[in-house]
Amino acid sequence: MVTDTGGIDDHSFNAESWAGMQDAASASGGKIGVSYVQSATENDYTSNIASLVSKGCKMIVTVGFAMADATTASSKKNPNQMYAIVDNASSGSKIQGLQFNTAQGAFLGGYFAAAMTKTGKVATFGGAKYPTVTVYMDGFWEGVQYYNAQKGKNVQVLGWSEKTQQGTFDTSANPFGDQSGGKSIAQTFQSQGADIVFPVAGGTGIGALEAAKASNGALNAIWVDDDGFYSNSAYASVIMTSVTKGIATAVKTSVTDAYNGKFTSTSFIGTLANNGTGLAPFHDFASQVPASLQSELATVKADIISGKIKITSANQPTA
Amino acid sequence: MSTQTPQTEQPHTPVPEPSRFSRIVRDLFTAESTPLVTFLAIVLALLVGAILIIISDPAAMRELGYFFSRPSDFLNSAWHDVSHGYQDLFKGSIFDPATLRGTPSQFFGPITNTLEDATPLIFGGLAVTIAFRGGMFNIGGQGMTIAGAILTTYVAFQWTGIPGALQLVVAVLAGILGGVLLGGFVGWLKAKRGAHEVVVTIMLNYVMLFFLTNYLLTTTAFHDPTKAGQSISKPASPNAILPHLFGPSLNTDIGLVLALIATVVVGWFFNRSKLGFEIRAVGLNPAAARTNGISVGRAQIWAMVISGGLMGLIGVTQVLGLNNPNNNSLSPNIDAGLGFNAITVALLGRTKPWGVVWASLLYGAFQAGASVMQANDGISTDIISVIEALIVIFVSAPQLIKEIFRLPSREAAVPGAAS
Repeated sequence: MVTDTGGIDDHSFNAESWAGMQDAASASGGKIGVSYVQSATENDYTSNIASLVSKGCKMIVTVGFAMADATTASSKKNPNQMYAIVDNASSGSKIQGLQFNTAQGAFLGGYFAAAMTKTGKVATFGGAKYPTVTVYMDGFWEGVQYYNAQKGKNVQVLGWSEKTQQGTFDTSANPFGDQSGGKSIAQTFQSQGADIVFPVAGGTGIGALEAAKASNGALNAIWVDDDGFYSNSAYASVIMTSVTKGIATAVKTSVTDAYNGKFTSTSFIGTLANNGTGLAPFHDFASQVPASLQSELATVKADIISGKIKITSANQPTA
Repeated sequence: MSTQTPQTEQPHTPVPEPSRFSRIVRDLFTAESTPLVTFLAIVLALLVGAILIIISDPAAMRELGYFFSRPSDFLNSAWHDVSHGYQDLFKGSIFDPATLRGTPSQFFGPITNTLEDATPLIFGGLAVTIAFRGGMFNIGGQGMTIAGAILTTYVAFQWTGIPGALQLVVAVLAGILGGVLLGGFVGWLKAKRGAHEVVVTIMLNYVMLFFLTNYLLTTTAFHDPTKAGQSISKPASPNAILPHLFGPSLNTDIGLVLALIATVVVGWFFNRSKLGFEIRAVGLNPAAARTNGISVGRAQIWAMVISGGLMGLIGVTQVLGLNNPNNNSLSPNIDAGLGFNAITVALLGRTKPWGVVWASLLYGAFQAGASVMQANDGISTDIISVIEALIVIFVSAPQLIKEIFRLPSREAAVPGAAS
């Protein structure tokens, strides 16, 4: 596996992918050997992939769409080598894309937020305007609209509109690691009347958790990618739930399939149905979530899976 | 421009050039580090790296826990970690004995990776060297690299009307121009407005980075519409890409030839040309140079112009070279830290053109080998960064090396001896 410049300990998709690799190794009883190389700069992408090719790795997992071109280039040079790439579509007959329709999970998050808000305003913001980010924001937005339509309410979403595809993003040079920027964005939302914030911005989102903790209950947060109750345990008291992205499961499936000779270049798409995305447990907030809402969420989830609820986001990955 | 006015004795000139700062920097770069000291610095850094490799292996550390009951366990795995790590570092950067019967691309693969990684460092090291010999410290490599990369990219994807390889030539010249413009600006601020080049260059790094990331790569002129949401420019046209030097299966491009030509030219420039002599004179003692009729400002501007042009060439190889990960297009991290690594390379090369080449080869080898070392032995590439940094520390503290290895320290090198 080749990490991107975030490194193996990024508490995000590199770490998740590596967890998936290790799961695959232990599930196979040690028959699958795994290793990784970190990329210090973008310059390393090509040479790191090449090192793993010459090491004789059967399957190479590259993490992040930033490595798409480097992966495709390596595949052209080594036509028999198997690859998987996280967060990008399949490109070529030997590269499997691992993608996540997180709009589905975020839809549940939006519905949940709309039901839980006391002020009638919920907020979301992104790190940068990547499709992998805005797909979450679209789903969140749609979930709120669906709640409004069902209940005849008028809960507003600050920070994003699926219709205009315009919203709030971090503006610093390090949009996924700008904690102070995330804090000020969240505080602005709070002053505009929002009481739930859904940051889709990696480390920048930790700033939003900080703002929520400082607000003494006036602002709470929904975490993104993994269960924030564990990954950001210092802020567990303000994390109502998390919209998850099952990178580890996807990587494990892909690696195991490749080992068993079942490699496919059809993209893996994580959905609610295959646990590739979803809503994490409520943890500390469990007592505050009414049983009626929990059963509604279960219905909404089932309806998304069955196709009764159609998610319209144009940012959803397609196979 | 050429103000060769009779300015013989003007002790009240308001240019306080030979400041304490520049003296410290000069001592750092030309410290009495003989080749032996440099070699020992490398050995010492590798030794420290070996200790780090052992510490970072949990199994070895567990065995250290019962060292006194069975020392052989720990010693065996420690030796195994270090020897395999450094063997793979060698195999990944120079050559792998296992490929003796392999294909030529396997056999020459590692060394050509090293050469490719060394190429931008040579340009950068030479750039820092020239500025430094002119008494200035150019830490604006990032900004100048970006400036060069912007112009070279624009020519490479836009001016496709230029026939054949001529487009590549124009793209390379555009890259040099980008660095020259920024370097010349710094030189002008230094010479004519008295701004300190360290402050100006490091601030321009930010100016260029934010200009590139937050403005240029969002414009329709540069942004690649197929890369929705990603800050990546349109890719260079195939004609403008630096061709392979040793055939398509080997990872070295023609940029290496440009780097070696640049080295020869810089060597000639310092030893033979009038301007090179003037820049050296100004670097050694601006007051004396001025007294002898050399225009200090002019020499400084030229030094920064040439330094900037060389930094611009990093931008060229970064965009049009084989290491570019995005189909030869421009992205925010295009400088990849090379502007700063250039300083350490110049320091290790003792600001001599061929010294810079050797230092670049060493660092290029570290970069190429680190990836193989991590892939095969699970040794973090960060350890290589530590080793690189330690070499610089040891080289710039020659007295430390001499005491560790008990070398006699009386042969004081001639300070600032040219070439």
